[in-house]
Amino acid sequence: MTLDWKIGGVLLGGVFFLAVLLVKPIGVSTQFVILNGIIGDVVNSELVTKTDEGYTSTNAYLAKSGGKYAKSVANPLNYSFIFVLAMMAGAFASTQLRGGLESSERSIPEIWRNTYGNSQAKRYAVAFLGGFVVLYGARLAGGCTSGHMMSGMMQTAVSGYLFAAGAFAAAVPVALMMYRKES
Amino acid sequence: MEILLAIVIGAAFGAVLDRIGATNPTYIGRMLALTNLNLMKTILLAIGTGSVLMFGGQMIGLVDVGHMSVKAAYVGVFIGGLMLGAGWAASGFCPGTGVCAAASGRKDALFFIAGGLLGAAAYMITYPAWKASGLLDDVMGGKTTLGAVPGAKFDGLTAMSGDIIGILMGLAFIVVAFVLPERIGGGGVAVPAE
Repeated sequence: MTLDWKIGGVLLGGVFFLAVLLVKPIGVSTQFVILNGIIGDVVNSELVTKTDEGYTSTNAYLAKSGGKYAKSVANPLNYSFIFVLAMMAGAFASTQLRGGLESSERSIPEIWRNTYGNSQAKRYAVAFLGGFVVLYGARLAGGCTSGHMMSGMMQTAVSGYLFAAGAFAAAVPVALMMYRKES
Repeated sequence: MEILLAIVIGAAFGAVLDRIGATNPTYIGRMLALTNLNLMKTILLAIGTGSVLMFGGQMIGLVDVGHMSVKAAYVGVFIGGLMLGAGWAASGFCPGTGVCAAASGRKDALFFIAGGLLGAAAYMITYPAWKASGLLDDVMGGKTTLGAVPGAKFDGLTAMSGDIIGILMGLAFIVVAFVLPERIGGGGVAVPAE
């Protein structure tokens, strides 16, 4: 069902190239922070405030680097935030065009079902905890699979190799342990 | 204009991630368990292709070197990488593929996103402690590339030409993509020859 790796690889590489040719390298995980900021600012309008030079925040992370995250929170219609919404639209359209997602996959993916059975609660709990650890780690690292691993290594960024080394050093043993039946 | 590009490039990225199987935790899990490396070959080829096109384009003046965006290297990059890797393997999602998987109709991806927002919030709160720990301080020159790229605002880790190294590294990724077998180890179940 998936594209041949040679075609898929050239297409994905083409998208990376298009991004850096026209705008800037691709990144995603910052937008989780921006969405948190947008939600937080609705709850407490003091979170992000305008200053003479731009924007700042009572949260030190949003205020760092001259308030660039605070600025994005105050202006959600910016390139990077819209980019992530467009990714979702693209993935949705692609799924629909290939006939939609099989109903058996909607709550539990095959690999999980094979080892851990049909409990949705168990799968949702691990997906939730996984999300927590992934985004905490991505923000600590300053980027995720897109920004560090793909965009970073594409540019021969030293940080990209450092990140990839850490990610695979943990991911492969965890996958081997959790999905032993797949090997 | 920029918003239009965000829509076009973002949608293309999301669609391609879906078509290569990256939005499916089964393919991610098998890649990381080293039993089906097709997705790994796809990603390696993509990084290599992107590198060759980008550095080649910069050398002939087609690509604006100012578009490069290199992140700083610090110890936290490695620690964060370890955390992301563990969660990635357990859940089968990373930030980009997680949001795409949710859009494709995966309900477990919605839980991943909820956990992700909470994890990002936890980092936003604990950031001052990391900052104070020194683990966010630059190592290996901070924002560096392997070689110095002419016209870029980033330093090179070595004195070699950043453009040439970029193209060579790109070619190396492409070669590895081709050489890498479809699976490594395991062996419990034989894969039928194609």
